[in-house]
Amino acid sequence: MALDDRKTDFTFVGTRPNRPDGLDKVTGRAKFGADMSAPGMLHGAILRSPHAHARIVKIDTSKAEALKDVKAVVTRADFADVPFKPGLAGEFWNVLENVMAGEKALYDGHAVAAVAATSALAARDALKLIEVEYEVLPHVTDVDKAMAPDAPVIREGAADYSVPEGMHPNVVRYHESGHGDVDAGFAEADLVLEDSFVTEATHQGYIEPHACLGLLGNDGKGELWCTTQGHWIAQKTCAALLGIETSQLRVTASEIGGGFGGKTTVFIEPVALALSRKANRPVKLVMTRSEVFRATGPTASASMDIKIGMKKDGTITAARGEFRLQGGAFPGAPGDMTAMCAFAAYNLTNVKQIGYDVMANRPKQAAYRAPGAPMGAFAVESVIDEMCNKLGLDPIEVRLKNAAHEGTKASYGPRYERIGLVETLEAAKAHPHYSAPLKPGQGRGVSCGFWFNHGGETSVTLALSEDGSAQLMVGTPDIGGSRASMALMAAEVLGIPYENIRVTVADTATLGYNDVSHGSRVTYASGLATIKAARHAVEKLCERAAAKWDIPVEAVKWENGCAVPSGPNAGDFDPMPLADITAKMGRTGGPISGHFEATPEGAGVSFGTHIVDAEVDPETGKTTITRYTVIQDAGKAIHPTYVEGQFQGGAAQGIGWALNEEYIYGEDGRLQNSIFLDYRIPVASDLPMIDTVIVEVPNPGHPFGVRGVGETGIVPPLAAIANAVSNAAGVRMKQLPMSPPRILAALKDNG
Amino acid sequence: MVEVHLWSGLRSLTGGQQVVEVEAKTTGDLLRELVRTHPQLEGPIEAGVSIAIDGRVIATGLTEPIPEGSEVYLMQRLRGG
Repeated sequence: MALDDRKTDFTFVGTRPNRPDGLDKVTGRAKFGADMSAPGMLHGAILRSPHAHARIVKIDTSKAEALKDVKAVVTRADFADVPFKPGLAGEFWNVLENVMAGEKALYDGHAVAAVAATSALAARDALKLIEVEYEVLPHVTDVDKAMAPDAPVIREGAADYSVPEGMHPNVVRYHESGHGDVDAGFAEADLVLEDSFVTEATHQGYIEPHACLGLLGNDGKGELWCTTQGHWIAQKTCAALLGIETSQLRVTASEIGGGFGGKTTVFIEPVALALSRKANRPVKLVMTRSEVFRATGPTASASMDIKIGMKKDGTITAARGEFRLQGGAFPGAPGDMTAMCAFAAYNLTNVKQIGYDVMANRPKQAAYRAPGAPMGAFAVESVIDEMCNKLGLDPIEVRLKNAAHEGTKASYGPRYERIGLVETLEAAKAHPHYSAPLKPGQGRGVSCGFWFNHGGETSVTLALSEDGSAQLMVGTPDIGGSRASMALMAAEVLGIPYENIRVTVADTATLGYNDVSHGSRVTYASGLATIKAARHAVEKLCERAAAKWDIPVEAVKWENGCAVPSGPNAGDFDPMPLADITAKMGRTGGPISGHFEATPEGAGVSFGTHIVDAEVDPETGKTTITRYTVIQDAGKAIHPTYVEGQFQGGAAQGIGWALNEEYIYGEDGRLQNSIFLDYRIPVASDLPMIDTVIVEVPNPGHPFGVRGVGETGIVPPLAAIANAVSNAAGVRMKQLPMSPPRILAALKDNG
Repeated sequence: MVEVHLWSGLRSLTGGQQVVEVEAKTTGDLLRELVRTHPQLEGPIEAGVSIAIDGRVIATGLTEPIPEGSEVYLMQRLRGG
C-alpha cells in the first residue's frame, strides 16, 4: 500500500489519555459475554467425553428430552454436514468436529451433546440423563510418542502434501526451510553444541470464560452476542456450521476479558445457535473454567533439537533446528511458524529449520500470542546462552555480533526491511539493569525474540456530527486499549480533541468485513484504516471550505482542525474550524463521513530483547523473578501506556509459562489440572515490577510508523527466564515449566 | 521474468528447483503462473502462502504489484494470535 505522506511530528499520538472504556470497566457497566440476557432465554450445558479417544457407538437423549424443563437437545446430527449443508470441508470441518464430536471423541472434554433448559441447573442435571455408549480406543498425548511407529492413529488421511513418505499418519504437516550449507558451517566452528528441549502446553488463561447468547429462528435469521476476538469470523464459521447464509446472522462482540489468541475461533457459539433453532428460544451458554481448560485451545506442546556452531569470537557459523509441535487431535500446530521464527533474530550464512505439525488426543490448539515462536526461542536462545558461558563471552555482545539488520537475509527467506533488533540490544546493553550487581544465588538471563505481525482485511467508518465531534466505527474487538489508540490517531488527522471522538466496536451488520483482532494487527491495520478514513473525511471538509470560499479544492489544506488557504495565492480567508463546516453540512452537500475498506500489507516485523534476574531456592526449588526489563521495538507508540501494558503482559504470561503453567495428563489421557487451583498462573505476588523501554524504529508500511506490539513480548521470556534460572542454579534447564520439583531434580542430577 | 525463491520443503514438488522463474506483474499473477508452470505447487498455494517482495511480506493480497528486479520469496501463510 503506497503511503504518500508519512508523519513524524505529533500532537495527540504519543500522549497518555485515559482509555474511553475505562469508566465502564471499573464501575461494572461494561457488558461482557455472560452479561447479556433476553426474554424467554434458556440456559445451555454441554456433555463432554470422559475419554481421551473413543468411538461413539450410541447416544440416547430420550430421558433428557422427556424432562419438562428441557426444551432442546442437540448432537452432531443437528449441525451442517448433515442434513443442512453436506460436504463441509477444510478448517470449517475441523472446527465443526471440535465443536461437536462426530464418530469419535478425540480428547478428554470433547463435546458430544448439549441441552437447553429453563435454568442452568436443570440443563446440567439433564446432561446426567444422556446415555452415551463409548468404545474406548488407545490414546496418545505426548508429541514424541504420537510420532512413534506404534502410536494410535487419530485420523487416517489428515496429512497434507508436505509430509514426507514413511512418517506416522499423526504427522499432518511438514515444513523445511533455510539457506547455505549447515554441515560446512559446523565444520568451520570452534564450538558446536547440540541439545534437546521440551515445553508443555499452556492455556491463554484469559479471566473471562467463553460465553454467548444465541438466537436462531427457523427462517434462517439469527443474532449472536459473544466474547470473541473476531465477530466476523464467528459469523462466517457459525453460518457455515449451521447451514445458513452468512449475512443472515448478526454477531455483536461483547467486551472481552482477555483472549490472547484463544478467542479467534468458535466453541460454544454454534451450539447455542443450534439449541436455539431447535427450541425456538434464545439460548445462553457460559463455560466453566474446567470446560475452558479441557475443551478450548491451549497452545501447542513442543519437543525440539537444536545444533549451533560458533567461532571463539562469538560468530555463529551454522544453526539447525527441528521443532515437533503437538496441536491436539486436529491439524494446526504451528510447527512451521516455530521453525521460521526460531533463528530470525540472527544474520546467518548457514541455517536449516524443520517443523512438524503433530496430532495427539488433546484439545484443538488455538493461537496464543506469537503462536509457535516462544518455544523455538526458548530452545535456540538457551543454546546460545550455554555457548556464551562455555566461550566466556558476553551474551548481549554475541547477539549484537550476529544480529539481523536491514538487508540481512532472514532465516525464513527474504531480506529484512528496516528493523529495530540492534536498537533493542544496544538499549539492553546500556540499561542499568544489565550492569546491576547480582546477589549470591541469583542469575541473569537475556534473550531476543521475533514475530512477523499481520495486516488483514479491515473496514473502518468515521462519521462527523453537527457539533464537530466524531464517531469512529471499527470492527476489531478492543483487547488491549485499541479504542484509545484509534481515537488518538483520528484526533491527530482531524485536529480535534481526543475526548471528542467516540470509538465503537461495530457489529457485523453495521460495518464491512474485519479480520480477527490477532497477529498484533489492530493498532497497525485498524489504525491505518482509521487514519485513511479520517483523511477521507478531511478531503470532504476541504471541499466544503473550497466551495464556501469559491476557490479550487487544491487551494485548501487542513491544519490544526481547520480548513485554511494553502498559500498566499489561494486567497485571504480566516481558518474555518471543523465544527463550523459540520454545523452546516446537511445543507452544504449532506453528511460527512470517511471510509476505508482494504487489506493493509506492510505490518512490519518486530523484535524485542528481555533481561531477567532470577533467584533459585536450592532447598525448595522455588524460583523468584527479582527483576525484569522488556525492551521492544514498537515502531511508533501511539498510546505508550498501552504499549508498556502489552510488554508487561507478555512478560507476565511468559513467567507463568516458564515457571509453573502446564497441561498435566494422567495415564488415562485425562487432564489432571483443569482448575486454577491446580493450573498455576502467576498472581501479583509472583511478579516483580516489570520495567519497559519502548524503542521506536518506524515501520515503513504504516503512515505513523506503527509496528504491532501484542505478540513479540511473549517470545523472549521463556528463554530469558530459563537462562536466568540456569545461571542461578548452575545447571541447564531444558524442560518447561521449571517448576520446583523439576528444579530440585535438576539440582540433584547435577550433584 | 520474476525469480521466485521457494522454501526448501517445496523442492520435491519442483524437480529439485528452489528458485523458479515466472512471468508476473502482481502477486496474483505470480501464484497463477506458479501453478501453471509447476502444477504440483497447487497444494501448498491452496493451503495458503504469503509472498515477500523486497522483504515486505504480503500476507494474502493478490493485487500487489511486483516491481521489475524485486527479490521475491514464497512463504507459508502467516498466522497470528
